[in-house]
Order: sequence, then C-alpha cells, then structure tokens
Amino acid sequence: MKLPRQKMPEQEPEERRQNFAEVNLGLDEALARREALRCLECASPRCTQGCPVGVKVREFIQLVLEGDYLGAAAKIREDNVLPAITGRVCPQEHQCEGSCILGRRGEPVGIGYLERFVADYERAHGGPALPAPAPPTGKRVAIVGSGPAGLSAAGDLVRLGHEVVVLEALHEIGGVLVYGIPEFRLPKEIVRQEVENLKRMGVEFRTNVVVGKTVTLDELLGEEGFDAVFVATGAGLPVFLNIPGEHLCGVYSANEFLTRVNLMKAYRDDYDEPVFDCRGRDVVVIGGGNTAMDAVRTALRLGAATATIVYRRSEAEMPARLEEVKHAREEGVRFQFLTSPVEFLDDGRGWLEGLRCVRMALGEPDASGRRRPVPVPGSEFVIPARMAVIAVGNRGNPLVQSTTPDLETTPEGYIKADPVTLKTSKRGVFAGGDIVTGGATVILAMGAGRRAARAIDEYLRTGVW
Amino acid sequence: MFRIVEARFLGPEIKLFRIEAPAIARRQKPGQFVIVRVYEAGERIPLTIADADARAGTITIIVQGVGKTTRLLNRKEAGDFVLDVVGPLGKPSEIARYGTAVVIGGGVGTAIAHPTARALKEAGNYVVVILGARSRQYVILEDEMRRISDELYVTTDDGSQGQRGLVTDALRQMLESGRRVDYVLAIGPIPMMAAVAELTRPYGIKTVVSVNPIMVDGTGMCGGCRVQVGQENKFACVDGPEFDAHLVNFRLLATRNSMYREFEQRALAEFERAARTEPPAAGHECRMLALARALESEGSRP
Repeated sequence: MKLPRQKMPEQEPEERRQNFAEVNLGLDEALARREALRCLECASPRCTQGCPVGVKVREFIQLVLEGDYLGAAAKIREDNVLPAITGRVCPQEHQCEGSCILGRRGEPVGIGYLERFVADYERAHGGPALPAPAPPTGKRVAIVGSGPAGLSAAGDLVRLGHEVVVLEALHEIGGVLVYGIPEFRLPKEIVRQEVENLKRMGVEFRTNVVVGKTVTLDELLGEEGFDAVFVATGAGLPVFLNIPGEHLCGVYSANEFLTRVNLMKAYRDDYDEPVFDCRGRDVVVIGGGNTAMDAVRTALRLGAATATIVYRRSEAEMPARLEEVKHAREEGVRFQFLTSPVEFLDDGRGWLEGLRCVRMALGEPDASGRRRPVPVPGSEFVIPARMAVIAVGNRGNPLVQSTTPDLETTPEGYIKADPVTLKTSKRGVFAGGDIVTGGATVILAMGAGRRAARAIDEYLRTGVW
Repeated sequence: MFRIVEARFLGPEIKLFRIEAPAIARRQKPGQFVIVRVYEAGERIPLTIADADARAGTITIIVQGVGKTTRLLNRKEAGDFVLDVVGPLGKPSEIARYGTAVVIGGGVGTAIAHPTARALKEAGNYVVVILGARSRQYVILEDEMRRISDELYVTTDDGSQGQRGLVTDALRQMLESGRRVDYVLAIGPIPMMAAVAELTRPYGIKTVVSVNPIMVDGTGMCGGCRVQVGQENKFACVDGPEFDAHLVNFRLLATRNSMYREFEQRALAEFERAARTEPPAAGHECRMLALARALESEGSRP
C-alpha cells in the first residue's frame, strides 16, 4: 500500500482572505498517524541532517505512531525549543523534507505538519514537561534580542544552569515572530506560550531595553555583571529602493507595514495604531520573499481591491516558501514577474497613485547563482496603486555596533563572528542569527542560537577565549 | 510599567510628567527622546526628554494633548502608570561653543529646546532664547529658560505677552540689526521651523531643527520616520531628530505627517465622546474631566 501525503486542512480561500485567523488548521490525530505511517524509518536518516537544529525526526515520528504524542513533543524539544513555531514557518521543502528519501520519487513525509501537530497537542494538554535545569553555575549571560536566535540560545543556556536575561528593544518578546510574521501564519498566542515556557524554565525577559542606547555592551560586561553576551539583534534595517517618489504617503517598508499590523494590531478596531486604509484600493508589494507574501496577503485581508506582487525575476527564482506562494495565489494575489519599479508616481497631493515599472529579462547568473535581471529598453508601463510596500530585504541594525567600537563588522554592517564558535572580535561577546548572516530563516537563526549556547557554555566553564 | 511621580499642567492641555525610568535618566542627553505606549491597546508615540534627574531616576516629558493618545496621557496623575517607556533614543544634540546661539521654542517645542539650550549655555555660548506661542497661557518654561539664557524674548500671536507677532519677527529684528548670530536652534511647528530656515539661509548661519515625523519603533527598523535631508534619505529616529535646517524638506515632512489625519480625528472624536459620557469614577478623574470641559468651553484647543 502506498499512502499519499496527507493534506493539511485549511480555511477556504474566500473565507480566509476576510480574516486574520490561521490559514492552516493543523492535522488531527488520525491524519497525523496516517502521515507518520509514511516514514520509512531510514537507518541513517537524512531528514535530521537537513534540519538546522538536528531534530531527531525518525524517533519523534515513531512516537507519534505509538500514540505517544507528548513523548514525541519532548523528543523534539531536546533539539528545538520552539516546535509549534518552526512547524509552521520553516521552509521544510529546503530542509528536513527536502532531504527526505520519499521526496525522490514522490512527496516527502510531512515532517513540519507532524512537528506542528505534536507541539499543538502538547499545548492543548497542559504544556510541555519542562526539563530540569542543571545545577546553577553562578554565571550570567545577557542575550540581546528576543527573536528566534535569542530565544533558542536562552532555552539552551538556562538548561545548562546559567542565569539568562534577554533584553528586547520592543515592548513584546519574539522579534520577527511578533512584528513580522502575520497572525494568519503564526498566531501570536503560540509565541506567547513558548515565551511562557522559557520563563517557567527560569529565563528572565526585559522589554524596552535598547542595547546601544539604554545600556551598552561594555556596561553589560562591566557594571551589570554579565559574564558573556550573545548579540542576536537580527536584520531589522529596511532596504529602500532609492527611486523617485519613495517619500510619498502610502509608500511603506514591509517592516513598517507589518509592525503596524502585527505588533501594534492595526487590523483591529479596538487598537489605536493606524495603518493605510487599504479598503477598495490597489496595493502593490515589491519583492518575492516570505516578507513580500506576508505583506501582500495582509493587504488583501485589510480589504484591498487588488493586491499585486511585483518581482524583478521570474517565478522560479522567488525565495518565498512554495506553500505561501500557493496560498497567496488562491487568495487572489496577482503576480507581475520580471518587473521592476523605477518611480513612485505622485497624485499631485503627495500621495501615491501608481508605480512606473520596467520589464526585465534574465541575463547571466550573478553572485547568488541566479540569473541577473536586466531592464528591457522601452518597456515601461504604469501599475495603478494607492499603496506600495517595499519588501526587497533588510540589513543589520547598527545600534549595538555603533556604540561598541571594538566590535568588528563587515562592510555590509553585519557583525563578524566565527562560523563555528560565534565568537566576535570582543572578548565575552558572541553573535548569531541574521545580524551575522543577513536575513535568513527562523530555523537557521535558531540553529545559530544553539551553537552560540554551546560555545558560550564552553567559554563560561573554561574561561578560554 | 513606569510610575508617574509628578504630573501638573503647564498650560491648556500641556502637561508635565516626571516618570520613574532610572536607566533612561542615567544615560539620556539633550536632544534625545523616548517612545511611550500608554496602555495595552495603545500606539507608540515619540516624546522628547525635557529634563532628567539621574539621582532620582526620573525623566521629565511635556505632553501637548492634540490627539487621542496625548489626551489619554494627559488624564494621568501622579501615582498612575504608563505601560512602556523606551529610550533614550535618537542622537544627542551637537553641543559646541558656537558663540552666540539663538534658541527658538515654538509652543510645546520649548520643552524640547530647553535641555539643549541649557547645554549650550553650559558649553560657554551666549544664549538668546525666543519663545513663541499663540497667546500668554501657552508660554511654557519661561522661568527655566530665563535662568539658562543671557537674553529672553517672548512673542505671542495676539500680543497678550511680550512682542506681538511671530518668533521669526524677533529673529529678523536681531539679524537686521546686524547682531552676530553663530548658531540657531529652532523647535516647534513645521511652518515655524521652515520659516526660521528661510530667514537664516541668506546669512549662512548654522541652523538646526528637531523634526517630528510619525514614528513607530524609534529604533531604525521601519523607516516610517524617513525625512529627506539634502539628497539623502534619513531616519529621524536614529540619524536625527536634529538636522541641518537648510537641508530638510519641510514640505514632504508636513505631507507625511498628515498621512493618518482622518484616522486621528476620528479616534480623538470617539475618545472625547466617551470621556464626556463616562460616569465619574475616581476623585481625580472628576477634576480632570472638569478641567478638560472647562478648557474646551474656553475654545482653547491647541
């Protein structure tokens, strides 16, 4: 018998484009067991190698088959402190599922679906049995930034017996998980629960602390009495296009648009934060990554008449997750591939009325290995739009580096850190996640957090830098 | 949660708050600001640090009630809390010994200008302060400014205090009388700052303004506060808020600041309606509401 990959139940497109509730509804027990049956239980599983934090996939799926869902969740938690989150937002097609042997001939095991299922089951059944921490070491670690890298490092370090304080600039914990990824992909309640788990394990969280402004790295290592610092400030600096008209009202960075909607809950009438009134308007989102998909689907849910992705390469090069592109298309998002904006057009009163764009053709491969888009002369045309969201990437926020002169950075403004130990040029300071690699994925940042925790633990025990 | 230790009105809908925020009080410098969120469903708004007491661990902010959030904040009393205060944000003012420094505060902009004016005085400048307001009751921090300045002039639109006219009238008189001015700091409404910039431009006097664009995070992650300065795109929250007045595109700044006007007016109207119909709860609420009503009937909305 050959079982097909089980389908994830989801809200119907017509219904879900009207609300911010989660699109994917999750597997039930029966579906989960059927999906788990598809695992071939490889002797040397490639899926675990494909996972940036090395989750023991075969073992946890075996436990699902036995009906021991809590045991399965505990097995995942040995390597991954945020399974309910990663099960939802990981690009599994490039990681665990991309390595699954079944994927060679057909469809890989739905590892992400199963991970999500056991984490949700665990949450619905009283939460995780948290591992007992090691005896206190008396060492104190400050973690700068509460995104995926910081949270995963915090979970590992507190388990090793260290005192951990996470410092966050915003008023809520979670970084991109709370300000970037929308509610319809990742309910904020789930993030809050995972943060609660870390608190129960002993992690201390301090919000409204901007390291570099409220306190400096030198003060953390000095008068504040921390033995080590992990800098995980992410890549939160928006890149603009630097084309005419970027100052017009209605032109947003994706960071601003998504922060207003997700963190500040501008989509809800009972919250005070305003956001562009998309109702009945044409909205264009520039870019082809997950951020662009999140922004364009958010605009639809805010009532946009049309929501269009403008991407300078072709569909094949889009970095967004396949599932998000599929969902966006089902919800009615339009796509303009091989198209690049050259000017934001003014309606005469300082508001956006359209984008002048140029068609692109794919030329020779560039440094990233993708074929470089080149403008087609004479192909300019106008896309009407009252709102535009720029989602063409982020860079490292320089606040920490700017007040820490002995912290070496790259020409692009990222912090230099050893790829294995994550040590920076400054003794006692480690760095990881997007602030080192540039914008990547939640799970890669979590992997960096895990490596940092191991290296920090070793440094704290041996004192060797 | 951040506790308010002192709250008092300085003028109609202009209220001073001293708030416990030791980490911010210790590090803040003139020209910097904080982002405040009053309550759970609230928005984040930037407010300049008007003063700080590192030993007491407090910062002072001065709030003009112009919209829902600032009006809501202005109903707070000593002992109440604000949910989030984060800072100090932005670059500190560039303080140097310029020579004769003219500091111009328009309305509540005086509160923002005060710490920088004091720092300029302490750095050895001859400090001339010009305070402008619509009328006498809106002139704030006059005594504080007098204490740290060498000369002080007040202008009011209606002539109810000082010279009748605009701050630019007073500045123009100084410049036309041939007085040497080495540095001008202007903080207030956008048209006022733009007018000061035009006035000093032909004289080539270094002129600085503190801009007030819409902000969300205040840490450089969104670019909502972007301002065109010369040919460059600057984020006021990290590159500013002070910029060379002769390079700032004030027209763009004003347009972008009007982006949510309809939303803001609706939110304020709803808030005011709710405030009027709300049954009086605690004692201090009653006084507040009475005051708010009295001010409104005076027609003194700033």
